[in-house]
Amino acid sequence: MHRAMFLRNIRPVYRLAKCPYSAASIPKPNPEPVVQFNKLFINNQWQDAQSGKTFPTINPSTGEVICHVAEADKTDVDRAVKAARAAFRLGSPWRRMDASDRGLLLTRLADAIERDAGYLAELETLDNGKPYAISYCVDIPNVVKCLRYYAGWADKWEGKTIPIDGDYFCYTRHEPIGVCGQIIPWNFPLLMQAWKLGPALATGNTVVMKVAEQTPLTALYVANLIKEVGFPEGVVNILPGMGPSAGAAIAAHMDVDKLAFTGSTEVGHLIQQASGSSNLKKVTLELGGKSPNIILSDANMEEAVEQAHFALFFNQGQCCCAGSRTYVQADIYDEFVERSVERTKNRVTGDPFDLKTEHGPQIDDEQFKKILNYIDIGKKEGAKMLCGGKAASDKGYFIQPTVFGDVQDQMTIAREEIFGPVMQIMKFKTLEEVLERANDTKYGLAAAVFTKDIDKAHYLSSGLRAGTVWINCYDVFGAQAPFGGFKASGNGRELGEYGLDNYTEVKTVTIKVPQKNS
Amino acid sequence: MPVVGVEISQSSDDKDANMTSKLIKDQQNPSGNGHSHPDPGQNPNHRPPHADAPPALPAPIPDLCIQHTKLFINNEWHESVSGRKIPVRNPATGELLCEVEEADAEDIDKAVRSARAAFELGSPWRSMDASDRGRLLNKLADLVERDHLLLATLEALDSGKVFLVAFFVDLVATIKTLRYYAGWADKIHGKTIPIDGDYFTYTRHEPIGVCGQIIPWNFPVMMFSWKIAPALCSGNTVVIKPAEQTPLTALHMAALIKEAGFPPGVVNVVPGYGPTAGSAISHHMDIDKVAFSGSTAVGKLIQRAAGDTNLKRVTLELGGKNPIIVFADCDLEQAVEQAHSGLFFNQGQCCVAGSRLFVEEPIYETFVRRCVEKARSKVLGDPLTPGVDQGPQIDRKQFDKILELVESGRREGATLECGGDPWGQQGLFIQPTVFSNVTDDMRIAKEEIFGPVQQIMCFSSVEEVVTRANATHYGLAAGLFTSDIDKAFTVSAALQAGVVWVNCYNAMSVMCPFGGFKMSGNGRELGEYALQEYTEIKAITIKISKKNS
Repeated sequence: MHRAMFLRNIRPVYRLAKCPYSAASIPKPNPEPVVQFNKLFINNQWQDAQSGKTFPTINPSTGEVICHVAEADKTDVDRAVKAARAAFRLGSPWRRMDASDRGLLLTRLADAIERDAGYLAELETLDNGKPYAISYCVDIPNVVKCLRYYAGWADKWEGKTIPIDGDYFCYTRHEPIGVCGQIIPWNFPLLMQAWKLGPALATGNTVVMKVAEQTPLTALYVANLIKEVGFPEGVVNILPGMGPSAGAAIAAHMDVDKLAFTGSTEVGHLIQQASGSSNLKKVTLELGGKSPNIILSDANMEEAVEQAHFALFFNQGQCCCAGSRTYVQADIYDEFVERSVERTKNRVTGDPFDLKTEHGPQIDDEQFKKILNYIDIGKKEGAKMLCGGKAASDKGYFIQPTVFGDVQDQMTIAREEIFGPVMQIMKFKTLEEVLERANDTKYGLAAAVFTKDIDKAHYLSSGLRAGTVWINCYDVFGAQAPFGGFKASGNGRELGEYGLDNYTEVKTVTIKVPQKNS
Repeated sequence: MPVVGVEISQSSDDKDANMTSKLIKDQQNPSGNGHSHPDPGQNPNHRPPHADAPPALPAPIPDLCIQHTKLFINNEWHESVSGRKIPVRNPATGELLCEVEEADAEDIDKAVRSARAAFELGSPWRSMDASDRGRLLNKLADLVERDHLLLATLEALDSGKVFLVAFFVDLVATIKTLRYYAGWADKIHGKTIPIDGDYFTYTRHEPIGVCGQIIPWNFPVMMFSWKIAPALCSGNTVVIKPAEQTPLTALHMAALIKEAGFPPGVVNVVPGYGPTAGSAISHHMDIDKVAFSGSTAVGKLIQRAAGDTNLKRVTLELGGKNPIIVFADCDLEQAVEQAHSGLFFNQGQCCVAGSRLFVEEPIYETFVRRCVEKARSKVLGDPLTPGVDQGPQIDRKQFDKILELVESGRREGATLECGGDPWGQQGLFIQPTVFSNVTDDMRIAKEEIFGPVQQIMCFSSVEEVVTRANATHYGLAAGLFTSDIDKAFTVSAALQAGVVWVNCYNAMSVMCPFGGFKMSGNGRELGEYALQEYTEIKAITIKISKKNS
């Protein structure tokens, strides 16, 4: 994700005087950052789980335990929801606060994260395994940008006055929904936290957030910053825990007004069901994908190879929007495959704290085994494995970057989300054909087209059933642009102004007046 | 003119979020409209932020050294081509503070060339991410916050406004304005549009280009921020002329703009006189837009100059003769207080001053008496001295004009209830003045006085007062006080004014648009609406092979 951003920071462009994120100035990381927070964050206080339970969080580069973290359960969720509800009551400091002051708090949070960027990037790399250069140059700057972006929205989220028929004055208020449950994944722990908190807090909601059990550490450090910058008690509560216990408790809670989930489509179904079985809480979902990346024969070959490689392998392939079906037009297919394999073989895999490393370990043993299993299935079903295919190290969860050619649409590796460093390349002849094949999936998160022809670009980008379409680029994200899925890839949109809708109840107020005039 | 950023809510209690602005808010006058009480001991409504003692109020910097007196062009300090200088005086004492370089047509040309170069395609400013423009504005806000005390002292010295008002109203509003528009920079959205036929259409909201901005002396630094913030967040470049009476805070802002890291030429600050520098800006063939705040008479010249030259876009924020309508069913205490500060705030030097006070007949006598009591209670003196709540008028010309209008009121038969004369041994002070039994045809009921002179009229019906309130060529602001919801809606809909306040006055904030109907101006400042005044819309239509919904 965010490669454009990454590259741009390296280019000598006019930057703000103080920009800590140029590649030249990446500070040397400490591969053993001290973990400061490992408890539940409820009502601005650190608390043990009611049950006393903890769980280990693992360094995926080594398989070793980093530390133990308090494990939230249903009773802890209840406590957190109570705190969030109290913070949301009418007349509370949070409800009474000027919208611009909510914005100022978010700005301060961004400032604090920027101040601690080096440490947070180290912790993210330790807990998640992503290369430190990426944590520092991609994840953290985009966290800061996202929070600053939504800070600006806080006092600009305007209702309307509406010329209804009759002698009435009618206006809308954009009110916060209330207590928002937020369940976030492990692939971009800090960034997903910012995507969730930014719009929820800008619009005045309170939050009970469950962070992934694989990657709780950075979220807890940010919790401490939330307290430091002065958010009132109970506005943000952060609970590390497991999906079937803590996650399920949030999803089924009768006093949670809205739930936002990012993760697998499978769990997305459970969340939606839980809402239906409980209080019909509003649900937004950002789920899986099997995103097509279509390379036309008139595309710039070098650029397309590099972008297609990046589209799949970025973040060890652990992206919901990974370009995991690469459709290449027949007349350039052979060359494209050859160059993709060459590029993949050159991918630098290893210690994520080494600044030269492009590729770290998968997140955990479960994902590691699942991915290797998909590779086996791919081979069995007749796809041609062109490189990689095995574990890349005898410790940790490293997998060799893998490329399959001659993949057919009905193969398992062409239909299911692998969420690992495994690239599928297919061949196509005509635009109509590739459009039909690209859309033949239950998913609809992202898609891309590489072409120099403006008509083809428009034809395909209009026809693709996906929430995001990139043309001659991939994984270009900005806090300003909405992101989300068609079909079973999700519900609602995050980021941009659209992201605010999902955290807002619109109230229509109508007042009888003696005589209306235009 | 107005009071952005002042704590508008009618009570300042229980805002206990942990913010730095909290200190500021809690120190503000809880009654709202920016009329600050320097001595909390005399204000029964003042509530400290916590149970412990309230924090000490800020004090002006003694013997402030003035650092910047030159023209700011292309991020450099320049002497004027002519070598001429403007004497800058402290209106409280008449003493010379310093001399500032005086821009004339040739200096304006230099500034415009630098702004044009900064606006070239491919320039750092044009190719910068919108979010980075926002970062620069936020950085500027941080620097203003750092120099808060210095700027407030400078403002009080140069404009004669009460130091604590400068500190808690003008500067706080300036900071909030910069931060608010910082947030807009990357949220100015174009659209994609479903036009008929096989086309793809979208709009780009592009900056207009080089913007000339001419600002007045009554809220020097705040007007500076109102002008530059929307212009810069939408990507324009600026040539701004501060008033010759009050150039000092603008020049300090110029230094902060450079320090924040704005590229050279994006903002150019050129102090000068209206007939020379101002006229050169409004006639300039390479200025794409001009924004002016000031008198209606000069507003006409600006509009005409655009017509005579390149049809530059013009926005105007001009004078007012703003009605405040007080119904007998209102909260009298509140109405007296708000009507008083609605007129006397900033020595009456506000375009939104509530200078026609219409009071319903049953409460007229009481209301007049209470207004006179309030006016008599004002403490005049050196605006840097604690406890003072009215400073001098800005200059001799205004001083003489106000006294001449007071004289006309006497002559035309209004009842002078209090004041009416100069005050003190030195400086340009005028006693707080109240006229009752004012009729609509008197000069003091028709002309903008821009001084501490309150006119109180009597009315007896809703229809009558709406007609009278609207019988003016101005249409900037209006206020009304009533506890009746039907009256509130009926009268606020009927008033011809860009801003209507109900049961409050001067309740301004950066989120809320501001501007005039009729001859009070053209266009709107503040809020999202202001962005329209600084953008050109470009519709791009691309032929495509086959459209689908």
